[in-house]
Amino acid sequence: MKQKLTLGGTAFHTINYLALTLLAAATLYPFLNLLAISLNQSMDTVKGGIYLLPRKFTLDNYILIFQNQRLFSSVSLSVARTVIGTTLALIATIMVSYALSRTEYVLRKPLNTIIVVSMYVNGGLIPYYLLIKNLGLTNTFLVYIIPGLIGAFNVMIMRSFFDQLPSGLIESARMEGASEFQVLTRVVVPISLPVIATISLFVSVSHWNAWIDNFLFNTRESLSLLQYELMKILLQSTDQIGAGNMDSIDPEMMRMTTPESIRATMTIFVTVPILLVYPFLQKYFIKGMTLGAVKE
Amino acid sequence: MAFQKYSIPKGIFGSPFVGFDQFAELFKDDQFYNALRNTLAMSVMGLVSGFVCAIVLALLLNEVRLTLFKRTVQTIVYIPHFVSWVVISNIMIFVLSPDYGPFNELLKYLGLIEEPIYFLSKEKWFWIIHTFAGLWKELGWSTIIYLAVLSGVNPELYEAADVDGAGRFKKMIYISFPSLLPTATMLLILAVGHLISTGYESQMLLGNSLVIEYSKVLDLYALDYALKLGDYSYGVAISMFKSMVSIILVLGVNQLAKRLGQSHVL
Repeated sequence: MKQKLTLGGTAFHTINYLALTLLAAATLYPFLNLLAISLNQSMDTVKGGIYLLPRKFTLDNYILIFQNQRLFSSVSLSVARTVIGTTLALIATIMVSYALSRTEYVLRKPLNTIIVVSMYVNGGLIPYYLLIKNLGLTNTFLVYIIPGLIGAFNVMIMRSFFDQLPSGLIESARMEGASEFQVLTRVVVPISLPVIATISLFVSVSHWNAWIDNFLFNTRESLSLLQYELMKILLQSTDQIGAGNMDSIDPEMMRMTTPESIRATMTIFVTVPILLVYPFLQKYFIKGMTLGAVKE
Repeated sequence: MAFQKYSIPKGIFGSPFVGFDQFAELFKDDQFYNALRNTLAMSVMGLVSGFVCAIVLALLLNEVRLTLFKRTVQTIVYIPHFVSWVVISNIMIFVLSPDYGPFNELLKYLGLIEEPIYFLSKEKWFWIIHTFAGLWKELGWSTIIYLAVLSGVNPELYEAADVDGAGRFKKMIYISFPSLLPTATMLLILAVGHLISTGYESQMLLGNSLVIEYSKVLDLYALDYALKLGDYSYGVAISMFKSMVSIILVLGVNQLAKRLGQSHVL
């Protein structure tokens, strides 16, 4: 579409591009700044003036955090949680959504309503806490997996995708003698890969980012997640936990670095896995999001 | 449980029944009103700023014709959505830090301040910082749906406007913006149901004891009572109050939505 550019039009465009570039820069800059700080010598960082590039390049900060034994166990735990949690949640979500999308299922309507309601109304924090406690899930690894198996929002998105699959497809598979389970695994799942990719992204990111359940339910240090370790370091700096609680950084390390550098390094370390996965899934999740939302 | 004086060893059947005592105590507590005020203030600020900015950003992005530029901006502004609040608050603390934090540096460079300000220790700033952090995190993400709607607008409308001599800006105001309104109304209605439950992660992480008067929300208040003081019934009463309000809000806006002829959820 060719168009004559008026003066006002050009001005508008220039400002528009400029504003958007500024916004993108404002989003990106803190990450880059932290990255630079994490790669800069900590004693040098204290003097300030680190912007986009490290001034005295070093990997010391990273070497230091890797020496921390607790970090290693919390990383493996976080990875385990993300992998196991996402796999099980996907299986559960697919099965629930598929059942809810079948029109011949008698309880379809009431169950759908119950799931939607659960998105808006819940028992509240303290009852939830007591529930988990009475189920005996406190101080177990399972508390990371079980409560998150089925998310209402994910079910809604996936169900609306299943809803619009042509019903002839499923009928013809059935005619050729496929059992209900085969219909699901051989026909429905393979053609639903975009929405499955979307949901796995959502679920895995939320598993990776979760720390509240760690904070509330698992006080044993052997069950600490990476995010929780980071959060403890964060709170040390904002005084909520109190000054006497510097135990996640050992004194040996403190002599060679500063809390600021450690925080920057940890932050980058926690963020990088997400940034690595995210660009590949971007085209799927945009589709998945709009599909779930517009169809409501 | 909210109607009992619950104690763990006695359990739910052994604890004495006290009727509405917990609620009576709740409504007498100044701290409760404080937490309620914080919750509502931060929700409303987040809601309004989130909506306005997302719509503006979607409109601006929609005007961009260079696909590569548009894609890059989109990719970048979606990133913070995938990062946890722990990381976001870490970043915020860095950005707002009085020791060479970028924001203070920027203000100094522009000559607006002489001495760095320690923003996170100022009570008055907390709501604003919180809103800003939330905006920074979710702004890009919330444009996705608007952009999808905009891409579905009938191109004939724009062509007709061209013929009638409308410029870019006019088209944006008179065609793009109105076509977003139905979706925006629906999302707004859905969001109102969540008004009283802002979540508490962000407040807990960004807040500190200096600004606690302004950062404590209902959930944190309940958590304090239940976990630190062991008064579970009181915590449950707070949670129940919250749930009641959100049920009323959801049902209310759902009715309103039906009457306005918008799509509804229940």
